[in-house]
Amino acid sequence: MFSNLDYTTLQQLWWLICAVVGSLFLFLNFVQGGQTLLWQVAKNDVEKSLVINSLGRKWELTFTTLVLFGGALFAAFPKFYATSFGGAYWVWMIILFTFIIQAVSYEYRKKPGNFLGTRTYELFLFINGSLGLLLIGAAVATFFSGSNFSLNLYNQVTWDHPLRGLEAAFSLFNLSLGLFLVFNARILGGMYLLNNINFSAMESFQGRLRRSVRTNFCCALPFLLYVLVSLLLRSGYGIGENGVIEVVAYKYLGNLLAMPLVLGLLLTGLVLVVLSVWLTVHRDSSKGIWPGGLGTVLVGLSLFSLAGYNQTAFYPSLTDLQSSLTIYNASSSHYTLVTMTYVALMIPLVLAYVVYVWRQMDGQKLAAHEVVDEEAY
Amino acid sequence: MIDVDLSLVNWSRAQFALTAMYHWIFVPLTLGLSFLCAFFESIYVRTGDERWRSLTRFWMTLFGINFAIGVATGIILEFQFGTNWSNYSWMVGDIFGAPLAIEGILAFFLEATFFAVMFFGWNRVSKGFHLFSTWMVAVGSNLSALWILVANGWMQDPVGMVFNPETVRFEMENFWAVLFSPTAVAKFTHTTSSAFVLASLFVLTISSWYLIQKKHQDMAKRSIVVAAVFGLLASVYVGYTGDESAFTAASTQPMKLAAFEGLYQGEEGAGLVAAGLLNPAKKPGDDLDPFLFEVKIPGLLSILSNREPGSFVPGIDDLVYGNATYGVMGVVDKMKLGRAAVGDLATYKLARQSGDVFSAESALVRFRANSEYLGYGYLATPEEAVPPVAISFYAFHIMVVLGSFFPVLFLAYLFFLYKGQLEEQRWLLPVGLLSLLLGTVAQQAGWVVAEVGRQPWAIQGMMPVSVATTNLDVGNVQTTFFMFLGLFTLLLIAEVKIMLKQISIGPEGH
Repeated sequence: MFSNLDYTTLQQLWWLICAVVGSLFLFLNFVQGGQTLLWQVAKNDVEKSLVINSLGRKWELTFTTLVLFGGALFAAFPKFYATSFGGAYWVWMIILFTFIIQAVSYEYRKKPGNFLGTRTYELFLFINGSLGLLLIGAAVATFFSGSNFSLNLYNQVTWDHPLRGLEAAFSLFNLSLGLFLVFNARILGGMYLLNNINFSAMESFQGRLRRSVRTNFCCALPFLLYVLVSLLLRSGYGIGENGVIEVVAYKYLGNLLAMPLVLGLLLTGLVLVVLSVWLTVHRDSSKGIWPGGLGTVLVGLSLFSLAGYNQTAFYPSLTDLQSSLTIYNASSSHYTLVTMTYVALMIPLVLAYVVYVWRQMDGQKLAAHEVVDEEAY
Repeated sequence: MIDVDLSLVNWSRAQFALTAMYHWIFVPLTLGLSFLCAFFESIYVRTGDERWRSLTRFWMTLFGINFAIGVATGIILEFQFGTNWSNYSWMVGDIFGAPLAIEGILAFFLEATFFAVMFFGWNRVSKGFHLFSTWMVAVGSNLSALWILVANGWMQDPVGMVFNPETVRFEMENFWAVLFSPTAVAKFTHTTSSAFVLASLFVLTISSWYLIQKKHQDMAKRSIVVAAVFGLLASVYVGYTGDESAFTAASTQPMKLAAFEGLYQGEEGAGLVAAGLLNPAKKPGDDLDPFLFEVKIPGLLSILSNREPGSFVPGIDDLVYGNATYGVMGVVDKMKLGRAAVGDLATYKLARQSGDVFSAESALVRFRANSEYLGYGYLATPEEAVPPVAISFYAFHIMVVLGSFFPVLFLAYLFFLYKGQLEEQRWLLPVGLLSLLLGTVAQQAGWVVAEVGRQPWAIQGMMPVSVATTNLDVGNVQTTFFMFLGLFTLLLIAEVKIMLKQISIGPEGH
């Protein structure tokens, strides 16, 4: 069935699949956002336990989605995997360290015999939710701003900056996208907690969460606007005749106009995020996470589409333009993409059981009495 | 190709070995304990006996503590292929990346989704759905092992692919050959069954402690019954799959087999070394005796390798320098052809770049004639193809000796339990107490055999590690090595302390 698809279609399809997984990861970053809210919104042990236990039922999904995102990029675009991870060594290593310390923190934080102490694990969670996301945002921003690398005849990468990827965090554009991701995750985290926790007799806790959604939206807005305006005004990297990479003025604005669907995704996504904040702050709704989450996914999809489609280099090289990666020169073979496409047929089934189990577990909101028994985090 | 500083290769190897070995302390327990928890809970659901519920939740708590650190140490392994082995990632990503992505889709989500139900769903979902979730965590964990071991099996025995000189990479042409290669099947079955043994030893160790302390004795004995039966069956299967692993290695990785047997001169009717002390001065090609002391079982290595008692098993010297009598082509000859292939590939790429079609075509024809030896062209000396013999030999024999001891231990436990005299066996319980440590040593030794025995190859016969590594300043890798060492050691100490505290609390309250 899929073997009849031409190579270009498969490459575009796999960029879409990676974009969907990446965008779902951005939505699931409500876990990271919630982690950074812990010390701000929870004022006593019960409130802290509610936050941790609510997020603790979902952290693995976020973690797994990140791993799948990496695996999908490895399988479908191995040249990107090799170039970015091997080249931007330090930015990825630090991101990974923040996820290593996250993975043990939920389980070990309150366990008897925990010699590092509860606050150490809470600090680990904060670092993961702030520094980890900031650097992920900076790394994703290099899809537009470029990186300092070149490839030789054998496609081996040489990184041309001594900071090995950390230089991405010193660009205003990259940093702005990173900070937007952090604040957006905090918005989503607040809305998720409002949706997941039973606030009986804890009105002030609920109020703090709603205020945090509003504050974080105000913080996110300038960074979002800066990223959007810079994106539309900046030059990009296009694929010209015979696959030659060239600098194109207003490339991403051109991409948006050439792909109305992507423009629609971006605008709809932004409206949904704003709507979710309005519902949460002004209507006291606890369901803001759903439009907010969907909006984040749509914005993510539009950004990945802008980076990869319409004859665009999605991982531009600032050192050697012709080393830039496109979804056409960085992909796996036709055979591997076909094979992986058959496997991807399982994704709807996976999503279905994730949603089913989520509904089973979250049918009742998490109550204070549930976080004091021995099975709680 | 970029010249790589050998100390960079060694630090990259050391970092991968460090992270993999830390990861492998925890993962076998996850693989086996997940099934043991599923067995315990199944008995609870079937009998309705609350003692089984309490027991299940106790072991699940320990499972959860171990699971968290397994996840923490695991994420780095996937991404390390990119960060430290980027040439590898490009050159074989077309094949190697697929199992990793499939692992994410088919296994990790199963684990992650149902893990939440397993731990937090006791009062939120039905008894049946909870049991189903526990089973799904077990299936998901072991499916994850399947895909990563398929990928590892492919590195040991690269099949189902072809080298594309245009892209300078290996590309997959037969997914089923990759999935069902005998090496991948043997690797999966041997590794997971050995993990079941380790998890059974974990239960045996903690239960023995309770019996020695005369605490929670009913729970301990119930746990031992299930774990010892599971461990005994798994031990027998480990023996069978271990034999299959050695048999496939004989045809696909004869150098590895020769190294872990310390066999330098090939022979017909080769014997298996039951115990021995290697001569540290021995080098390939010299006349020194490889052993200071050895006990051999005559003919057994030939049977294990070829299923024929009198058959020829090549030794290290045969494989390095060749043996015309038995038709063994040596590394020396392979290197000549490999170097020709490396040169022709370079000529082809340069000619393509300059648009010289004629030169490109003729270089391609020459390259194709020798392309199967491409990897050998990157070796500096023929002796570089020999893995560290002493490490491989001792690790292999430690693994085999311990692996042979465990079924006896499980049988002894079952025997005395059946007789109702287990608590009285003051000699047996301390041995059981030590068994987790012995099992962990056997597990680590197994990985050493598999991975050190594969050196110097990242992909057997195709790509040495010196070609696979990322072009980094060695200081970067040294720094991350010590960061991992410090962090993982800290987390290991945290895990052990929490685990010991939880064990001292026992099943009370569950």
